[in-house]
Amino acid sequence: MKKILVNGNVKGSILKTEMPINFLGTVDKKTGIISDKNHQLFEKSIKDSILLFPSGIGSSVGAYTIYSIKSNNSSPIAMICKKADLTVATGCALANIPLVIISDEEFSSLENGQKISIDTKSENVITKI
Amino acid sequence: MIIYVQVLYLYQVTCSVELTREEESALKGEHGEIMEMAYRILVATGEATDAEKLIPIEWTHLSGVNYNTIGDAGEEFLSSISKDARVKVKTTLNPMGFDADNVSNYGLDENFISKQLSIRKSYETMGVTPSFSCIPYEIFDIPKKDTQVAFAESNAAIHANSYDNLKTNKESAFSALASAITGKSPYSSLRKEDSPNLTIQMKVKDPNELTYGMLGFFAGKVGDTSVRISGLGEMDTRQCKAMCGGMGTSGTCAKFLFGEGQPGVEKIDFDEKEVQNVHDELNTAEKGDIITLGSPQLGLEEISDLTKKLKGRSFQKRCMIFTPRTVKEQAKKIGYINELERAGCEILADCCTCLTPLINKDNVDAVTTNSIKGAFYLKNSNGVDVNLKSLSQIIEDETL
Repeated sequence: MKKILVNGNVKGSILKTEMPINFLGTVDKKTGIISDKNHQLFEKSIKDSILLFPSGIGSSVGAYTIYSIKSNNSSPIAMICKKADLTVATGCALANIPLVIISDEEFSSLENGQKISIDTKSENVITKI
Repeated sequence: MIIYVQVLYLYQVTCSVELTREEESALKGEHGEIMEMAYRILVATGEATDAEKLIPIEWTHLSGVNYNTIGDAGEEFLSSISKDARVKVKTTLNPMGFDADNVSNYGLDENFISKQLSIRKSYETMGVTPSFSCIPYEIFDIPKKDTQVAFAESNAAIHANSYDNLKTNKESAFSALASAITGKSPYSSLRKEDSPNLTIQMKVKDPNELTYGMLGFFAGKVGDTSVRISGLGEMDTRQCKAMCGGMGTSGTCAKFLFGEGQPGVEKIDFDEKEVQNVHDELNTAEKGDIITLGSPQLGLEEISDLTKKLKGRSFQKRCMIFTPRTVKEQAKKIGYINELERAGCEILADCCTCLTPLINKDNVDAVTTNSIKGAFYLKNSNGVDVNLKSLSQIIEDETL
């Protein structure tokens, strides 16, 4: 089952984590680098990636952070989650970053570093390339 | 075969927010970037909450005002969109960080003040009524029964649904802002119907406002989107507000229904044991250095009652009272403000105990309050200890 929360059409490489992301306070707004020592993506930049993660957590103010990293040209080009949460949904909507919700099976089938294209208007929203 | 195809088609349609032609063209950017963004927010929120369409709303109440909570990212965002964004329906506003009339008494830094004033200006430019209040239900006229509104302040959403016969979901700062700009909101959850699958049985004898705050806090934890409560007697304004404030703090639940409900629905008791649990969670000090009253802000009725209770008495410590500006002005005319100041109170308009930048652990160790909502945020956001007491107990212990 796919749900399209924010439309778009992009190509890029997946940056995958099995851990949820709290955008407020754990992502550097200027660089897009994850600053939470306990996170799988610690010291990695989410800039220009297709960010694949289970869901967002934490304060809804995190939506402003997503808008900020986009304004600073350090945001992912798209996000894919397993669960729709309102912080990431509104953040991606504010920043106009495509956001797709996929099933657990689809989540498992996508790998870190894999190149994919996302086209929310096409029948196969996600295609491996 | 044909039937099978049709069923599939129907399934796809019910899965997504259906837009009118005009909404569709706004989402494509044909009505400008701000409308495009606002509709993107409504569609993303609608998809996330399984809404089938957007419906008109008549009043929005926005959160995301206090610089303490939205920070630089929020300030910059609002400043940028305020160039073009204008609200389409009546839009009121949550409290900000301070009262401009007396901010110089509180040692706030210049950066905080200028950023907060920038946020204020952005909202005013967009056409928002600068009410700076978390109790819109007490200071504005209530529209007719079943009117759809969009309230982002949790205690106000719960009050609107439970006591004012209005309909709203517990909106986020962003969905409410998008609703203000478009006049629409996703049709989902409490906008449609509510059938709570849980009844809480109130078993505590002689409850005061603190008990009702705890009941709300408990209900917010165990309830889903709405919850039924049985065994309640007459409640005064202070007690109703305490219950709404408590509930908004602890969960996603946004409506109380009253009475027993359908047989067969799961029932849980709220008893002395639960009171003790909430007390243990939020009460971390035996006494406070200062007292705060108002989270939610005090309305005129509570100010009047407080003035009566304080007749001939004075606080022996600082007591901060938070109230909307319109209430402060009315109270001044009637003479209440003079009386309260005589009794040692500091009256602050436009701001609230909840997430105030005026109290922090550098200047205060512990705060005495009768607010569960206030206690939660003082403890978790301001990092100070909290001493919970009912108003009558506070007056007994802290005034002479």
